[in-house]
Order: sequence, then structure tokens, then C-alpha cells
Amino acid sequence: MIRGARTRLRRAAEPGPAGLLMLLGSALLLIVVAAVVQGISPDRLLALTVRGVMLGGILALGAIGLSLIFGVLNLPNFAHGDLMTVGAYLSLALLALIPDGAPLGPFSFSLEFLLVLALVAPTVGFIAYLLDRGVYRPLRARGAAPIYMAMSSLAIALGLRSVVYLGWGADFRFFYPGRPRPAVELFAGIRVRPDQLFILALALALIALVYLLLERTKMGKAMRATADNSELARVAGIDVERVVLFTWMIGGGLAAIGGAMYGLDAQMRPEMGWWLLLPLFASVILGTIGNPYGALAGSLIIGVTWQLSSAFLNPAYGPAVAFVLMILVLLVRPEGLFGLRGRRA
Amino acid sequence: MSGAEAIRGMLLAVPIALLLSGVGGGRPWLRWLVLPLAAATGVAVTGLLPAGILGYLVSFALMASIYGVLTLGLNVQWGYTGLFNIGVAAFFAVGAFVTALVTTTMPTGPMAAFATQALGLGAPFLVGVVAAGAASAAVAWVIARPTLRLRDDYLAIATIGIAEVVRLVFQNERWLANGPQPLRGIPQPLGCLVSSDGCAFLPAFANAWFAPLSPRDYPYVYLAVVAVLLTLTFVLLERMIESPWGRVLRAVREEESSARMNGKDAASFKVQAFVIGAAVMGVGGSLYAHYMVSIDYSHFDPLYATFLIWVMLMLGGSGNNRGAILGAFVIWGIWTGTASLVDTLRPALAAISPELPARGPYLRFLFISLLFLAILRFRPQGLIGERRRT
Repeated sequence: MIRGARTRLRRAAEPGPAGLLMLLGSALLLIVVAAVVQGISPDRLLALTVRGVMLGGILALGAIGLSLIFGVLNLPNFAHGDLMTVGAYLSLALLALIPDGAPLGPFSFSLEFLLVLALVAPTVGFIAYLLDRGVYRPLRARGAAPIYMAMSSLAIALGLRSVVYLGWGADFRFFYPGRPRPAVELFAGIRVRPDQLFILALALALIALVYLLLERTKMGKAMRATADNSELARVAGIDVERVVLFTWMIGGGLAAIGGAMYGLDAQMRPEMGWWLLLPLFASVILGTIGNPYGALAGSLIIGVTWQLSSAFLNPAYGPAVAFVLMILVLLVRPEGLFGLRGRRA
Repeated sequence: MSGAEAIRGMLLAVPIALLLSGVGGGRPWLRWLVLPLAAATGVAVTGLLPAGILGYLVSFALMASIYGVLTLGLNVQWGYTGLFNIGVAAFFAVGAFVTALVTTTMPTGPMAAFATQALGLGAPFLVGVVAAGAASAAVAWVIARPTLRLRDDYLAIATIGIAEVVRLVFQNERWLANGPQPLRGIPQPLGCLVSSDGCAFLPAFANAWFAPLSPRDYPYVYLAVVAVLLTLTFVLLERMIESPWGRVLRAVREEESSARMNGKDAASFKVQAFVIGAAVMGVGGSLYAHYMVSIDYSHFDPLYATFLIWVMLMLGGSGNNRGAILGAFVIWGIWTGTASLVDTLRPALAAISPELPARGPYLRFLFISLLFLAILRFRPQGLIGERRRT
């Protein structure tokens, strides 16, 4: 079925990335104009933009892994949001074992939080790999249609969420309940919480790390090759099983940290991962499936649009804004920002 | 046997007769026996079973039949056409809310201060059912056009999106359907049969016949209504699937490129199947709303309103309408059965952790997700898979 779509004759006049950028630019402009018409001050818009970049950083941690898994394993991982939830709650569980230290500088968390993150990321990555061994590998071995793996990921999403519900209940959770999280002035009257700056810095650092891993290591090269053409990669002697392991470790690890960062920024709920799934997929599609850098760009665009729209829209509609943006992209340029022409997904 | 019991038995004869003809598959000797057999079974069951157990069975069959309609809708999309819709909740919810808005009347007097809704036409039940199907179909059409010409996974992602958007809208827009508060007073179709006033459209002797029924007996009436509509949906869909149109759907599912090579507009057929499936789901939502009487956005949580329906279809057998209905009954049985199982496990759960008993219901979700994984792994064709057609 996918093959069929690929061989479809492309329409003669198809907009390039520039066309999509123009579309996104005009969508953003429309939002800004709408906000100005409603009397929202430029200061507030600027503050929302900064906030959007931070949200984009959190989304990127999930979206990069989602895009890699989509590209390398040809799996739209519907359990990815719930991997984020598991990461957040696992961090919570580990924090409960360690006595709280003093807050680290201006941040609301203490030193042990960083240690916990360093432990949780590989753990969740490995959990994701074990799920692959237990669920997806038998399906691959049977030669099942890819859609059955997508369906299984849906079942895994539900299973992971049930475990979180069983372990922690449905209530809101905080890493450090009761600790004040004051905002400080950044510049030009823009106030952010120090935690948010940390989140952004960590997200950027991790993304740089992933960049180095993909571009400078042999495994990275193998992963990119598999994403490009898995048949060819196999023929070329790439150890696909190791590629699968690394993909899940990176994707699951980033998702876990993304989930913990979301929990640090706001609060944790068992459904948070499911709510994040839609913006994550929107980011991945916007930035072209299988392209982790595109996922970063997509996340930032989605994050900023989401926050800006909250100037005049009920903030609850954030995911809906991401969804509308995604549908627009699918209408205009389904291969996303960085897709090669003629290689329509 | 009291008068009320006799009438309850006759009401039960309706679903029993439909079930017999469905299972019998039109064997000629059965055709003449169906009605007397059903009437006898209905009366016997009412007379022999304790009222509590019978009431439980009736409400069980009601919910399972409503889920059966939803599963039939999904079967058109996934079973016959291979479309991966994980936003069943969207069409379910749209159907339920539209029927509610069409059949209720605008709140008046002191109620108007507490409840707001965009519409309140006070239309009859069947108008509500049709409107629900049409509205779901319209939503499906809007979403299908941009996504169905792309690869399969895009549709799945888009359907998650539409389900979330629908949920957000009904949760936040107070003017539309009372926002986060429940929309109340959805009329019960043929509810007049169990009321003391009787039905205005029935002659006096017929009303006298139903007079022994009390409002507590309403599920018996509604089970007959739902059974008729489920059967109607089933027969209609079977006809469509056996028709040349249905053949094209299966061809598109099996090998889209060869269907296109034979001059079939695959994308257009996919849109049709998606829209028709969504319309059926809308009807299911309508039946649900009239049973619940009061609905709000939380009824359409993806766990109950999408996931359970998927497990039903995959267990029963995708590509088989009988399997879809069977799956709905089996999974609903497992679902309600595990509820009492979790209840009996309470002391054991409390021994592990004092908070666990309150979270017991989530054990059921865990079990259902494991069951789903097991079906996908070991028996993807379901209990009764698709019939081989020659």
C-alpha cells in the first residue's frame, strides 16, 4: 500500500520547501495579527515566543526519537508519548529514594535530579528495546504488515499508561512539591523561570550530542543508512539488530528526559504523554519523517505557534493548533520541510 | 406469571428472534420457527431467571450491542478497506452529542441558568440517529480528503488529532453542549411505553397492553430498539460488502496498485469507506447517548471509546461483520467480568499497597492491552476471520 503511494505520479506543480515556509510564515503572521487586533501587547507576544521556544525544546526531545524510530524502523511509535510519561514517573520514583538536597542555585531542583536523569534515560531506552524484542521483533520475523506494529505500539501505549496509573494514581505530581519556582527577568521585561532556561540548555546539549552521534560515529552512519533504505543497508552488511538497539536507546532515552523536563516545567499526569503525542507527530511530519534535525525545526515551529495562539485562544487548544498546522502541511507539502522532491513519503 | 413478566418476555423475543435468524443464516426450516421459538425462549427466560440476573443480562446485551454497532463501523474502515482509524472516539462523540442536541429541548426556567446548549430541536429519536450519522460522516469527510491520498500512517495520526480536537471542543465550549458539565435529559426512545401516560401514537388497547410495565423495565424496550437497529446496520453493511462496491474495497485493501491499474479510483473508494464507517459509528454514538440519558466529554476517553472497540474488532475477526459483533460481546463480557474480578482481588491488592485497590480498575486496562498484543501476535485474523470468497 505504501509502495503504491510512492509510485504515484507527482502533481506537476508542487511547492518546494520555500512554499511550505511561506505557508508557515503566513500562519504565524496571521496569529500575530490576530493577537495585535485583540490588543495583546508586543511584550507579551515576545514573552510567549520565548516560552514557545522552550516548549519546542521539550517537544524536540520527544520528536527527534520519534522521527528516528519512524525512519529507521518504519514504525509510527504511538507509544512514544507514553515513553515520556514513563521517564517522568521513573524519575519521580528514583527521587523518592534519595533524600532531597538543597536547591541548586536558582533552580528548583537539586543535584540528585541530574543524577536521576542520567540513570533514567538509559533505563527507559532499554525498556523500549526490550519491548521491541518482545513485541516488534516477533512481528518482523513473521513478516507482518507494518500496520500491525503500529497497532501493537498503540497497545503498548495503553499498557505503559496503565502501569503508571497503577503505580502513581491519576493525580497531578511534582518533582519537588511545595518548592517555590519564581520567575526572573531575562531581558526587556521577559520573565522566565530558571528551570526553563535549564530545560532549553539541556535539550540543545542533548540534540548536539545526537548530532555528533549520527554524523561522526559509525553507528550513526549505519542508522542513517538504514533510515534511508533498510534493504540496501542490510545488503551492505550493516548489523540491523545493533541499529535497532541504538535507535531505541537514543529514542527512548531522549523521550525519558523530555518527559522529565515536561514534568519539571509543569506537572506530571499519566495522560501527559498521550496529549503530547499529537504535537510530537506534527513536529515530525513538519520536519520530514526520519530527519532528526527536521524534527527539531518542526518542534520549535510547533512550540512557538502553540504558545502564540494562546494569546487569544483558550490555552487548552494548544494541541489542536498543532493539529491544524499538521493538516496544512499535509495538504501543501506532505514530505515536510526537508523532504527530497520525488521521494514523497 | 404476571402481566409485566409476559410483556418483558415478548420484548426479549425481539432480540432473540434477530439473533436466531442471524446465526441461522436463513435456513428455510428455521424461518418458520424463529418467531414462536423466540417468543417461547423470551417468556421462558423471563419466567425462570431471577429478576436481578435477567436485568444484568439485559443491560449487558444493551451495551454490547451498542459497541457492536461501533465495531461494525470500524470493520468497514479497517476490516474491509485497511484504513487505520485510531480516532473512533471522535465519531462516537460527534454522534452522541449531535443526537443529544437534536432530540433534547432547550433548557428553560431555572435549568437555563445551569445548562447551555447550542441547539435543542426536540426532534424524534430516528431524526437524531440520522443526524448523528450524517454529522459523523461530515467530520470524516473533512479529515479523509487531505490524508487518505497519503501513506497509511498519516491517516492514523490525523485521526488521533481529530479525536483530541473533538474532545477539547466538547470539554471547553460551554455554549455548544454545556462544556465540561453533562448534557442531561436525552430522551429515551419509546420511553412512553413504560410511562403511566402511555404513547400518544398508539391506540388505547395497545397502551393498555403495555400498562403493567414500569420505568424500571425500560432497558427491555431499548434492547429491542437497539437490536433492530444493529440488525439493520448489519444487513445493510453485508449487502454493501457483497456488492461490486465492497469487492473494490477489498481489492484496494489487498493491493491498491492493481486496483488502480484496473481503473478503480482507489483514493475515492477509501474516502467512501471511511465516511460510511464513520456514519455507522455516529449511529452507535447516538444509541449510546439515548441509553445514557446524560453524556459529557469524559465518556469519550480514548481508552473506552477507541481502544476497546479496536480490541473487539481484532478479537472477533476483522473483515467479518459477524465476527465484529461477536468480538463486541466477548470483549464487553471480559471487560465487565474483570471488573468483578478486580473487586474480589481487593484484599490482595490492599496487602501489596494501601493505595492499590482504588487503582484496581487500571489493572483491567493493562489486561486488555496485553490481550490486544497477544491477538496481534498469535491470532491477527481473530476468532472468526474473514470468509474466503470465490
